[in-house]
Amino acid sequence: MNFKKMFGLTAATMMSAAALTGCATAKTASNGGNKTSDNKFRIGLNLELSGAAGSYGQQEKKGAALAADEINKKGGVKIGGKTYKIKLYVSDNKSSTSTAASVAAQMVNSNKVVAQVGPAATAYATASIANLTKAGVPIVGPSATAAAFTQTKSGQTQKYAFRACFIDPYQGKKAAEFMYNTLKKRKVAIVADNSTDYGTGLTKSFSAEFKKLGGKVVTTQYFQAGDKDFNSTLTTVKNKKPDAIYLPGYYTEIGLVVKQAREMGISVPMVGGDGMGSPKLAKIAGKKNASNIYYTTHFSTKSKEPQVVKFMKAYKAKYGEEPATFTSLAYDSVNMVVEAAKKEGEVSSSAVQKGLESLKNFKGVTGNITMDSKHNPQKSVVVEEMEKGAVTKAYTVK
Amino acid sequence: MKKNWKYNLCWLLVMVAGFYLINSLMLAGVINTFVENMLVTIGINIILAVGLNLVIGFSGQFSLGHAGFMALGAYSTGILTQTMSTAGGFYLSIVVGVVISIIVALIVGIPTLRLHGDYFAIATMGAAEIIRIVINNLKITNGAAGLFNIPQFATWDVVYIFVCLTTIVTVNFIHSRDGRAVISIRENEIAAEAMGVNTTKWKLGAFVLGAATAAIAGSLYASYLQTIVPSSFGIMESITILIYAVLGGLGSITGTFVATILLGVLDTALQSLGVLRMVFYAIALIAIMIFKPGGLFGKWEFSFKRLFTRKQDGDMAEVQKEDK
Amino acid sequence: MQTFLQQLINGLSLGSIYALLALGYMIVYGISKLLNFAHGDVYMLGAYWGYYTINYLHFGFFTALITAMIACGLAGVIIEAVAYRPLRNAPRVAALITAIGVSFFLENGMSYLCSSDTRNFPQVIKRKAFDLGGVTISNIQLIILVTTIILMFGLMWIINYTKVGRAMRSVSTDYDAASLMGININHAVSITFALGSALAGAAGVLIGLYYNSIDPLMGMTPGIKAFVAAVLGGIGSIPGAAVGGFLIGLLETGVTALGFSAFRDAAVYLVLIVILLVLPGGLFGKKQVEKV
Repeated sequence: MNFKKMFGLTAATMMSAAALTGCATAKTASNGGNKTSDNKFRIGLNLELSGAAGSYGQQEKKGAALAADEINKKGGVKIGGKTYKIKLYVSDNKSSTSTAASVAAQMVNSNKVVAQVGPAATAYATASIANLTKAGVPIVGPSATAAAFTQTKSGQTQKYAFRACFIDPYQGKKAAEFMYNTLKKRKVAIVADNSTDYGTGLTKSFSAEFKKLGGKVVTTQYFQAGDKDFNSTLTTVKNKKPDAIYLPGYYTEIGLVVKQAREMGISVPMVGGDGMGSPKLAKIAGKKNASNIYYTTHFSTKSKEPQVVKFMKAYKAKYGEEPATFTSLAYDSVNMVVEAAKKEGEVSSSAVQKGLESLKNFKGVTGNITMDSKHNPQKSVVVEEMEKGAVTKAYTVK
Repeated sequence: MKKNWKYNLCWLLVMVAGFYLINSLMLAGVINTFVENMLVTIGINIILAVGLNLVIGFSGQFSLGHAGFMALGAYSTGILTQTMSTAGGFYLSIVVGVVISIIVALIVGIPTLRLHGDYFAIATMGAAEIIRIVINNLKITNGAAGLFNIPQFATWDVVYIFVCLTTIVTVNFIHSRDGRAVISIRENEIAAEAMGVNTTKWKLGAFVLGAATAAIAGSLYASYLQTIVPSSFGIMESITILIYAVLGGLGSITGTFVATILLGVLDTALQSLGVLRMVFYAIALIAIMIFKPGGLFGKWEFSFKRLFTRKQDGDMAEVQKEDK
Repeated sequence: MQTFLQQLINGLSLGSIYALLALGYMIVYGISKLLNFAHGDVYMLGAYWGYYTINYLHFGFFTALITAMIACGLAGVIIEAVAYRPLRNAPRVAALITAIGVSFFLENGMSYLCSSDTRNFPQVIKRKAFDLGGVTISNIQLIILVTTIILMFGLMWIINYTKVGRAMRSVSTDYDAASLMGININHAVSITFALGSALAGAAGVLIGLYYNSIDPLMGMTPGIKAFVAAVLGGIGSIPGAAVGGFLIGLLETGVTALGFSAFRDAAVYLVLIVILLVLPGGLFGKKQVEKV
């Protein structure tokens, strides 16, 4: 009897549901993006302020805030004959895909932002694309490195997704070339972060390229974000006697890997990605241990380029610390959005989208940025060398 | 069946009315993407929390591994709809997800349901973590990078219908003879066994049903968000679902609904507060539990039957409420 | 052979950290039957206490360690009084939710106040490595190992041979009977939380020193691992918790050494489930007799 009742009710609901869906249910309206009518240039910061990726999101917030401050201090930015002040809307996505999507929807609907900057991690950035595309608002992922971020399933370019960083395949390839051609190392061990797309993406592209060049990957060991003890991993690595170690991961863990490796007596060169670019790296590893370290990155802190010098100085004055990769990428992302609107002479989502698509030779802190057809910035890779905790040398890899 | 038709009709009307309410609000433009997003998230969380409430609140088995089953559903949909990106493929992927999670629930449940209390909790937590780590290291799931660009079939109306369906199935299960057997296990396992209830069978039944609904929720989640990563299905996700179920009241489906909606709205409303949001959320959590240790609704259920009978005999209804 | 010995030492030193956390976790669980999710976060508080007192008040290592133990003990007592005591007679899962609430509160409050970025811990003790025939062990590893063992025996002494310990044991056996025997239950529970949290505080400083990296979420994973260790060893047994911690450390190291680093945590949980199925009370746990 119970089953009868259950099925009766279920069938009734199903039928009414079918009838309901049949007569076209409402969809939330999609539109052509937001447009400013007053003198505020609204940019949404959808960032990981808490949760697993919290420390990266908070750094990007600092970089973006600096960019906005600089523009506002100058009295605003002149676009199409009108002066606009930058207004940032900062929201925490809790390092969660569903919250990132919700924050994106809130920003375009309630805050009427013309563009979104962030989230830091690819997965959260990707989760926000659907809602932004529906609203016609572009997104600049400062550090969304996975190649698929700007692509749809069929391999076409996502109209509204842009990034400010390298893609993993590119950076991994360059690291492999540097390892093989410049450092002349042939036997390499990889110690990779297995819990992020960044770590696994770089591992994949690095080992493919390095093997193609004729090198050998003697072992690939994995760790999880948040791990603190790498002694057993490193003991295994030490036994394989590699000539060098490749470390795709973020400074939070790589700093500890470097420390424990050096303390264990592994003195071979270590090469990493832009996730290592933070003054915290040398602090966590200890000055003495942070020697013979190389990492691929966007710009050298030693660079004499005027925009880099200015940025370094302004950042230090505002926050009392050295900038890191995340901060500078977020700084550039905000400036890219403003530059795009400036070029099109209008503060609107569609103008920013068009402007970003045709961005050429934009002099950012993280390099001269030109967007390609896949919305990936084309810029050269710099390799920084670290000795005793300080950057001593920079190589430019073509 | 006859004697209950009035109440069932009421419930049906409520569901249809809710559907039309959202639909017309959306047509009127009151509900924008942001609110829609919130409603869908709440809907998915309701499916998860109702399933978990069945396991914890009604059968008394403290499971901490709900997110693992959710992951199974999400990845089934994510992988299958990559190749079959039609509505049919989506519904097939839900079925596949449910079947897989039932099998896994049986494998996990049969040995571990012998454990009691916290030991069972930690065993299920471990099992869910194992599922997540395996997903994190498989090629087909694209490892830690997760799956992007999953086609969106789970629009708000699909989610709404699934919320209704899973709730109907769960509530009917609870109110059936089998459901009473399950509740008897919660009240006193030994007494239930002595009365001839096959405790292992019914504990397992509730656990498997919970897992199956979690898989459905996972499928909807994957298809709505279009992006899934293994780190979304960690221990913290299981704990979030647990919070919904406990806050509403273990043993009260009404409570689960109210708590999930309440927390969902609170969470999105505080969104622009940044880090402070989680601080407030934490304080709210502690305060509610201290003042309402049994959850907002305890074991109380809203019922049309009682609403009608109260008109005729108020006192009796009160007594009934006390008894519950 | 050398590698094997080195890995053994790696495993033991990692295990001693889990053991230290598991001890505190276990005594709190033993008396209040509460899955204290906030235990890992108290450990984080200890690490931050060490960070600030050493950096700004220029405390020495041992002063920092002792004051961290006192401060965390106090924090534990406050947490218990505010968040757990009102729920003592409530369903246990309610207390679990407040524990999660406290954990969220500490993690996010700390992120809000001190930013969630990783910090480097001041190196007050210079690291010295000893080379014993190709096997390296550092003075900090030795300090952690020795501290863990000292604290374990100290705890055993308190629980087994002092009046307070007897009160704690009786409360953990039967609340009502203990209170009828004239034991102040609130008192005993407070002391237990103070002891457990003090151990967590000590662990925070030691681990900060050892790994040189602290952040507001550092307690999350170790907290869960410590609970796994406590269950593995058997709730209610002090040596059990320590052995459980060492076992997990060795297991993680072993799995990594065998080349399955990606499946390290999965292996830990698998072993946990298998052990629970074979020995439902854990390795050293008391057999529970089901009363009818």
